[in-house]
Amino acid sequence: MKTFKIGGVHPAANKLSADKAIEVLALPKQAIIPLSQHIGAPAKAIVDKGAVVKVGTKIAEAGGFVSADIFSSVSGKVMKIDTIPDASGYRKPAIFINVEGDEWEETIDRSDALVKECDLTPEEIVAKIKAAGIVGMGGATFPTHVKLMPPPGAKADCVIINGVECEPYLTADHRLMLEKPEEILVGTTILMKAAKVDKAYIAIENNKPDAIKLLSEKAKDFKGIEIVPLKVKYPQGGEKQLIDAVVNRQVPAPPAIPINVGAIVQNVGTAFAVYEAVQKNKPLFERVVTVTGKSVAKPSNFLTRIGTPMSQLIEAAGGQPEDTGKIISGGPMMGKAVGSVEVPITKGSSGILIMNDKESKRAEEQPCIRCAKCVSACPMGLEPYLLATLSAHKDWESVEKECVMSCIECGSCQFTCPSHRYLLDYIRMGKTTVGGIIRARNAKK
Amino acid sequence: MANKLTLSLSPHVHNNDSIQNNMYGVLIALIPAFLVSLFVFGLGALIVTLTSVAACVFFEWAITKFIFKREKNTILDGSAILTGVLLGFNLPSNLPIWLIILGALFAIGVAKMSFGGLGCNILNPALAGRVFLLISYPVQMTSWPQIQQFTNYVDAETTATPLALMKQAVKGNADALNDLPSSLDMFLGMNPGSIGEISAIALLLGFAYMLWKKIITWHIPVSIIATVFVVAGLFYLYDPYTFVSPEYHLFSGGLMLGAIFMATDYVTSPMTHKGMIIYGIGIGFLTIIIRLFGAYPEGMSFAILIMNVFTPLINTYCKPKRFGEVVKK
Amino acid sequence: MNVILIAVISLGAIGLIAAIVLYLASKKFAVYEDPRINQVAAVLPQANCGGCGYPGCNGFAGACVKAADAGSLEGKLCPVGGAAVMEKVAGILGMQAAETEPRIAVVRCNGSCENRPRIAEYDGVRSCAIANATSGGETGCTYGCLGCGDCVAACKFGAIHMNPETGLPEVDEEKCTACGACAKACPRMIIEIRLKGKKGRRMIVKCVNKDKGAVVNKACAVGCIACGKCEKVCAFGAITIANNVSYIDAEKCKLCRKCEEACPKHTIHAINFPPRKPKPEVAPEAAPATAKPVEAPATPKVETPAKEEVKVNESK
Repeated sequence: MKTFKIGGVHPAANKLSADKAIEVLALPKQAIIPLSQHIGAPAKAIVDKGAVVKVGTKIAEAGGFVSADIFSSVSGKVMKIDTIPDASGYRKPAIFINVEGDEWEETIDRSDALVKECDLTPEEIVAKIKAAGIVGMGGATFPTHVKLMPPPGAKADCVIINGVECEPYLTADHRLMLEKPEEILVGTTILMKAAKVDKAYIAIENNKPDAIKLLSEKAKDFKGIEIVPLKVKYPQGGEKQLIDAVVNRQVPAPPAIPINVGAIVQNVGTAFAVYEAVQKNKPLFERVVTVTGKSVAKPSNFLTRIGTPMSQLIEAAGGQPEDTGKIISGGPMMGKAVGSVEVPITKGSSGILIMNDKESKRAEEQPCIRCAKCVSACPMGLEPYLLATLSAHKDWESVEKECVMSCIECGSCQFTCPSHRYLLDYIRMGKTTVGGIIRARNAKK
Repeated sequence: MANKLTLSLSPHVHNNDSIQNNMYGVLIALIPAFLVSLFVFGLGALIVTLTSVAACVFFEWAITKFIFKREKNTILDGSAILTGVLLGFNLPSNLPIWLIILGALFAIGVAKMSFGGLGCNILNPALAGRVFLLISYPVQMTSWPQIQQFTNYVDAETTATPLALMKQAVKGNADALNDLPSSLDMFLGMNPGSIGEISAIALLLGFAYMLWKKIITWHIPVSIIATVFVVAGLFYLYDPYTFVSPEYHLFSGGLMLGAIFMATDYVTSPMTHKGMIIYGIGIGFLTIIIRLFGAYPEGMSFAILIMNVFTPLINTYCKPKRFGEVVKK
Repeated sequence: MNVILIAVISLGAIGLIAAIVLYLASKKFAVYEDPRINQVAAVLPQANCGGCGYPGCNGFAGACVKAADAGSLEGKLCPVGGAAVMEKVAGILGMQAAETEPRIAVVRCNGSCENRPRIAEYDGVRSCAIANATSGGETGCTYGCLGCGDCVAACKFGAIHMNPETGLPEVDEEKCTACGACAKACPRMIIEIRLKGKKGRRMIVKCVNKDKGAVVNKACAVGCIACGKCEKVCAFGAITIANNVSYIDAEKCKLCRKCEEACPKHTIHAINFPPRKPKPEVAPEAAPATAKPVEAPATPKVETPAKEEVKVNESK
């Protein structure tokens, strides 16, 4: 069975909510929709205080080439445009909408019927995806339409749909594959058309045999789509690792991107969103979010409107446990710990993980014993121990020479370190600083 | 809210591995070798090993507390115990107690703590202690007790080790080879030598355990053993009457103990697989050269210490294969 | 005897040849260096702190010589040595020293544990840069001091240290050379290199929070809410409010202390002033009743040790 070649670790899966069907979460009283839900420039609000919006009304416009439109997820009145701390912990502008009823834009097809046929041209599809504000739903939140427009000179020959969900705990993609297989397959076909390729792979780790079986059966009716089961290994869901695992191509070091080796990777959630956008005219304003944790009463998967505060999801999953020590937006390997449960769900929120007191504290740092386990674990072939030490000593020149920019911040090194060293903390600092230095240098040129 | 939320960067989970896990894992892997040594050397093996462990732990504790004045003492992380066991395993079972303590002081005090403690040392502490004793007290360190004198300690009768016999052969006394124990005896451990090094099978068992527990990777031991086999084999082919066959080299002296437990010491071995193989080849090659042409019959300790010194250099030049490097051309 | 003689002669000959070679080499390959560079470097503090913006004191000396040849020493300042050293440098180079006023690092955050309740707990490397990347911080204020002491680590003069009670850094006025290393190290740009002021007296807004008043109020008891009272009360136009935070221009400030009285949140601090005499007790009593207990202990604390040193500086 296929997997990526270098490094990797095996965190305990803990997929507590894998057999919980997706439930539709009740509407929030107030939706707080951040303007910066994607990588790139924040969107610009196009509604004012007091404006009346419907579900699916465009409320903010892309603020640049790498940016995405934002749509209202509820119907009601815009109360204010103010700041709210998002998952990063910093205050970012957001549109506050007081919910009144649930009135959708008329253009949206709300029926459940599967629409298979799509006669649009690739350009029309990309335009429609752009107009629906779709971004990568796996967590990186890169605007999808940008990915589908290859830079000059590069040409894609396959689309890889990422159903790996290698993060422990999270099951949102898994459930989506089980419950909306045909929609995902149609979405994949549309993505293939948009990227002008005739081959697509749907990669699924073999700890989800039910999804592999179901999709393999359904995929028989679709031309050019192959289901690829993969050996379980973290971080297989990383774009570069996935391409390596599925088509055996290695993306060169930055600034190279996947399209340089002819692959476009999209999450299954994105494929589903593309289906809804193109076939049902439904912009991106809701997503599946896993709420889970060992102390959580009812680990669940919710279909949630963007802008719902985390607290409401936690409440629906049985309330915040007594022994809560840490709340994470995303999975345990790459998610961000949040300081407040009022953080709203955004396009990239794949899950809420509640850790108890004991799990949430890091163990004390001990001296590096140079066991080289981090080097073996690094999926990018870097030397985390060295990068961390150099960063701690602020030797930025050497940090850059040791390829810090290739780091994908997967956390495998820190996960595996027997001395519990905070390797990734330092490496991130190094990466941020070196990134700044490189940008400054390029700007000078 | 009941308690404050914790804020930290990802990853938020850990595989719960720890220094202790690894150190105690190695200790468990050493148990078969220890049992064989008890069977072969009896009381002496027990006294030497326990003294060495106690002395190493004491020096680690005392130096941390009185010289470093660190609040947290590190004796429980298992590294001092491991150094003690390995040092003891590298000594003859009739060594007087005061010499063992001196060796432990050198191992922990000079080779480990003077560089800053765990993780900072350049040389393998146990080997440094052993080589210090070997150079300073060559008589005591090279008088090996005969096997199976269960209750004798310093008064045990001594004999020549297989390695000493091999050396005599190289020096011109080809008859010495007739006194060699059979290779099966050497494989099982029925031959004189240092406490822990005698039984290849017990050490290989430990190797299998460590591989299974993922404490070490195969690269260093396998590259050492392969190199020794090839180099010794070439000499054997050249002149089978002077040089012994390669399996004798493999099962004699500290080769197995060194290859599996000493050379793989985390702190003093290279970080990348490529580097580990270079390091292993270097050790294997130097060992045979010292064994055949050096002044001492055994070259394993020297070879490992020499390659320890090269480790930083190897680390600088042996980078892991970066992701995507192949495509770049 | 013979042996000794041969040894002496041969060694002597080798020495002689080597000496000649060295002499010729030193003549042939001599690199001319302006002698003034060494002279200038000799009067510099040789702390190599980089506060001047050049790589070490020698680099700065070279830059000074170059600048002098170009005609002016303007913009060249050794923050450590200050005006005294620059005068000496100017003397060596036969120039006029550019006029400078002594500066000092000030910490513009007063979010002590008391003033700014902790709502979360940071668990990671004790480094402000990393804590800053982790999240908004342990408190509701995403602009305030993180308290991990990057500034302390950056200071080469031991002039800044963390106060364990408040969790905030404090600048030792006597040791601070205004080299700016701490200001650069602070990821939140809380530390500012400011004019030291007459007799060391200066007014500081101890807050850099750019959030709106309501948010600041919730997060911190002494944060600037940009109410504008200080701006109104200032007769010299020294105070401006931008991005929801007030800033006092030290060049324009006349140290009247009216803003301090006007500030309802006690964000504006007067440093190194003598303790207030009866006057304020009579006049503005009405407005800030809770003002004094918070502020009174804060001001004199800094004041006593610093005052003498200020005088010393001036007498130089």
